Amino acid sequence: MTGNEAIARGAWEAGCHVATAYPGTPSSEILENISRYEEIDSEWSTNEKVALEVASGASIVGARALAAMKHVGLNVAADPLFTMSYIGARGGLVIVTADDPGLFSSQNEQDNRWYALHAKIPMFEPSDSQECKDFTIRAFDLSERFDVPVLLRVTTRICHSKGMTEIGERREVPVKPFERDRKKCVMMPAMAAVRRRLMEDREASLRDLSNDCPCNYIESGADGKIGVISSGVSYQHAKDALSGLGEPVSWLKLGLTYPLPDRLIERFASGVETVYVIEENEPYIENFVRQLGIRCTGRSLLPAAGELNAGIIRRAITGSAAAKPYSVEASPPPRPPVLCPGCSHRGIFFAMSKYRDIAVSSDIGCYTLGVLPPLEVGDATICMGSGVSAGIGFEKALNARTKSCDRADAGRADADAIKKVFGVIGDSTFFHSGITGLIDAVVNGSNMALCILDNRITAMTGHQENPGTGFTIGGDPTVRIDLKSLCTACGVKPENVRMVDPYDLDAAEKAVREAHDATELFVIITTRPCALIKDVARSRANLFCAVDSNLCVMCGMCMRIGCPAISRLDKGVRIERAMCNGCSMCAQLCPKQAISRVGEIDD
Amino acid sequence: MTDETRSILLVGVGGQGTILASKVLSEGLVRAGYDVKMSEIHGMSQRGGSVSTHVRFGKKVYSPTISEGEADILVSFEKVEAVRWLVYLKRGGILVVNDHEIRPLSVLTGASSYPDRISEQLGEAVPNFFQLNAGDISAGLGSVKAQNIVLLGALVRCMNLDDADWKSMIEDTVPKKMYELNARAFDAGRSGW
Repeated sequence: MTGNEAIARGAWEAGCHVATAYPGTPSSEILENISRYEEIDSEWSTNEKVALEVASGASIVGARALAAMKHVGLNVAADPLFTMSYIGARGGLVIVTADDPGLFSSQNEQDNRWYALHAKIPMFEPSDSQECKDFTIRAFDLSERFDVPVLLRVTTRICHSKGMTEIGERREVPVKPFERDRKKCVMMPAMAAVRRRLMEDREASLRDLSNDCPCNYIESGADGKIGVISSGVSYQHAKDALSGLGEPVSWLKLGLTYPLPDRLIERFASGVETVYVIEENEPYIENFVRQLGIRCTGRSLLPAAGELNAGIIRRAITGSAAAKPYSVEASPPPRPPVLCPGCSHRGIFFAMSKYRDIAVSSDIGCYTLGVLPPLEVGDATICMGSGVSAGIGFEKALNARTKSCDRADAGRADADAIKKVFGVIGDSTFFHSGITGLIDAVVNGSNMALCILDNRITAMTGHQENPGTGFTIGGDPTVRIDLKSLCTACGVKPENVRMVDPYDLDAAEKAVREAHDATELFVIITTRPCALIKDVARSRANLFCAVDSNLCVMCGMCMRIGCPAISRLDKGVRIERAMCNGCSMCAQLCPKQAISRVGEIDD
Repeated sequence: MTDETRSILLVGVGGQGTILASKVLSEGLVRAGYDVKMSEIHGMSQRGGSVSTHVRFGKKVYSPTISEGEADILVSFEKVEAVRWLVYLKRGGILVVNDHEIRPLSVLTGASSYPDRISEQLGEAVPNFFQLNAGDISAGLGSVKAQNIVLLGALVRCMNLDDADWKSMIEDTVPKKMYELNARAFDAGRSGW
């Protein structure tokens, strides 16, 4: 099982009743797998805050609930997280945070172990798939026993690594009857202040538990010179790195890492000469060990940024490296991820790429890839929703600059360089947190142009349903939220909304021109689904574009859309048939009509 | 069966079927009685980018990933990816390269160039270098779609992994109507080059 599959299995075995998530790599498969267990009521939530609040509500009433998200998702859900620590958990409440050391698929690299410390909630850190399953079950039990939400912290290499996992059966846990307890659950200041003091008592009991918890244990005799404290996947890397070391290494393997076990660490450290703390990213354990007055080495030897592996640890601790690897003279050209052939985002980006006087606030999703050459659309990407709201800020700054230039009567040319602010956001992302930005834009009089690139799926994370697709996580039909109505309901004037098929380059260019020239808030909504959606791919499987080499003059126009299916040969241009889905954007650009579409759409 | 942990690195370009091949590989090794860990990358890196799957097996496997200079075998589904990941191959390790070029967008647009003489350079640098055209072999069997299983066959041969029932593993993994093609592709990879 992968770690994600094992977490799902653990939730099922633990008798979980409700599970929620917003998809995000590397966490997405947790809910995909949980949703296959019919005993658990699963949903794709609109965003992570909603996910945690739904799970919190279920827990308050008395059900066992789990909310899963990627590390940056927990930032979105931080508001309910901190206050649920006050309210506690009547039904077990487990929050999974999937961190991404090495930034394989994220906008930042953050170590969410600090959240446990900050919110004062216990945290488990599994080291493999078996522990993912076992710790999920433990987390539910601990949550109910101590009346506290529990954080399960995993990383990319835990989520997406497969390992042997022993499975068990589901233990049915009855949902508790609803009990009104306003002093515990309504967090107005006076009641919250009482809960705040109780949290300190809880913390002390949890610390005692951590010292005795079987998840925190010492391996091999404590007579070694070297003692290593580690957790999570770092423990596995360290085991490999130090296995060949002649001296007996003692290990303190930590699975329950908040609260950290003070007495156990002291006992371990007193039995070894040198203490190493091996952890990825932040010196979370190391800081605590130092606070106990124990001398140890960790961060000073290991890199703060990026993933660890056994080789890095071996070099750091023992100074020995693997034999010099083979090398060749050739250097590989970069191969970053790209917009797919037939991607529905390409048309609108191509239309936008023609304007040099626009600033573009982009967002998190496949369309972030529009920033790469040759399209190069997008000047900032912060987080989900910022495609809209940061754009509002762009415009305010440009306006302020114009005003100050008017006063100073200097630098006019510079202020005039950018005439329009565009925002770019996807469908799922717009529902996630773009709506609030759009309302802000309407109410506060922004004149930006927003492109909602609706491809009818949450694409980058592997095609999850969202409020615009019309299906639930279980594939059942549901209400499909209509983006156009939503925008006009938010206050965008109906005459300032354009629906565009981005495969039609003339239409895309016309809409972008209108948006560019508009003097009021303007919204473009694209209407073409992701080319990788199974039904879409199937219906277009026999479609492709072909080049007539007799007509091709090698002008390179078709190359300007940055389609990976098109390559320039010594004589003419080639379109890879297996990759092409016949979107025909290249054909529309060809001035010599040398490209034609072959085949039919099969509905 | 050896106790020592061995490391297999499969690399290629998103969409080439490395994940399916490594799934068959790791499940087969599990059935053969090994402890196995497999680590792969999802999400953004998949969109036509460079991808890698780490498979480690032995009596007891700890880390799910392979460090530089520690892969016993590197199987590259694309030529330039072999160059990119070469640093992971152990001294004395085996390099299997699919004779297939996929030009990255930076090359298609002319921003960078695809290196010449890759096979020759790899052959000179790595004593245990093997190259095959898995696409042609697969196409010869009826469809280019089984080239990942051709490469899996080559990997099984190079690593002497005869203690697993690979055919039944393939049968359990691929769609029924694709089994015949994939079984023949596996045989061709294991023996026919």
